[in-house]
Amino acid sequence: MSTEVVEEKTIKKASEPLLSKRRKKIISDPLNEENPVTIQVLGICSALAITIKMEPTIIMSLAVIFTMVFSNLLISLIRNYVPNRIRIIVQLAVVALFVTLVSEFLKAFNYPMYKVLGAFVGLIITNCIVMGRLEAFAMGNKPYDSILDGLGSGLGYSWIILAVAFFREFLGSGSILNFKVFEALNIPYVNNGLMVDSIGAFMILAIIIWIQRTKTGYVEQ
Amino acid sequence: MELVSLAVKSIFVDNMIFAYFLGMCSFLAVSKKVSTAIGLGAAVVFVLSIIVPVNWMIQEYILKESALVWLSPQFEGMNLEFLQFIMFIAVIAGMVQLVEMIIEKVSPALYGTLGIFLPLIAVNCAILGGALFMVQRDYTLAEATVFGFGSGVGWLLAIVALAAIREKLKYSNVPNGLKGLGLTMIITGLMGIAFKSFIGIAL
Repeated sequence: MSTEVVEEKTIKKASEPLLSKRRKKIISDPLNEENPVTIQVLGICSALAITIKMEPTIIMSLAVIFTMVFSNLLISLIRNYVPNRIRIIVQLAVVALFVTLVSEFLKAFNYPMYKVLGAFVGLIITNCIVMGRLEAFAMGNKPYDSILDGLGSGLGYSWIILAVAFFREFLGSGSILNFKVFEALNIPYVNNGLMVDSIGAFMILAIIIWIQRTKTGYVEQ
Repeated sequence: MELVSLAVKSIFVDNMIFAYFLGMCSFLAVSKKVSTAIGLGAAVVFVLSIIVPVNWMIQEYILKESALVWLSPQFEGMNLEFLQFIMFIAVIAGMVQLVEMIIEKVSPALYGTLGIFLPLIAVNCAILGGALFMVQRDYTLAEATVFGFGSGVGWLLAIVALAAIREKLKYSNVPNGLKGLGLTMIITGLMGIAFKSFIGIAL
């Protein structure tokens, strides 16, 4: 009797807890130290293109998180059956599948937003974050860890583009989530056209990168 | 005449990088040396000017609403546009593979220079972006070809210019946090301002 109990206990100890330290690290690393946008230089295109206003940015973040989590999961499940030579095409097909789902969903339930995001929803397919994580993580790790990695990288991407969008909308249109801040406070403010333009996005992202790297002490060679 | 104006527009005014941020990842990653930048840029021009017309035909004769009527009248009203992303990306990946094989056979020297970059192009968003913009803007076949070529040249121009600036910057003293990506972003922004001066030019 007693030996059986001991055995059960050892088996339970062998399996990792649902949110172990290592797994928490998988989620938290991409937020700052391994941030996909500012450190790994992935997914810059969309990070800059749709961040004029916060609303489309939120939709875009959700779309990217969804795509990343599920394509990471699917690739991780089939990773042992994919021949190495055609893996890029398989990965592209899997990502395209989920992006098509997102795009059709958006078309059906939020058509104005679909019009605003336009081609950029489709461009999630070639968003290097998704491909990069599939290649670097999902191809060599178990499904549950891959989901966490997708979630972490998606969140790391989201907070950067939301920060960029916040400053661009605040300085460029004088509003936050379409709420006119300066008009409400009765402060005269001339909208900064540079921020609405693509150039503002580069500048703000550069400043965010500068602050973040000064804090983490990361130096590029 | 309209085609020339479209070409100039897609090279300078609607530049893939400064107006739409497409292909930024490789733009930032492969712009450390002028020679490699030229190689990647040439490959992008090449692939874009082939893929945009090819995808135009796919859109026109397969995906569009009632596009399959040429096959049989029973396909009247059939709309396959939801397959657009998968079709386009498959065609792009396939074409890139094909182009790679042809170049390897025809010109080993060119293959030597482009070699490593060609597979990368399949996931360059400028390519898929070019195809999607072509659909969005309802171009004709001739316009699509010119647009593909023009935006490729615009991309080449941008990456070569950036690489030249970065080669010079190697010798300057930059704050640690700004080294690399941060400074490149600021330079790209400044170059974007320069490209803005082309706005309003019509031929």
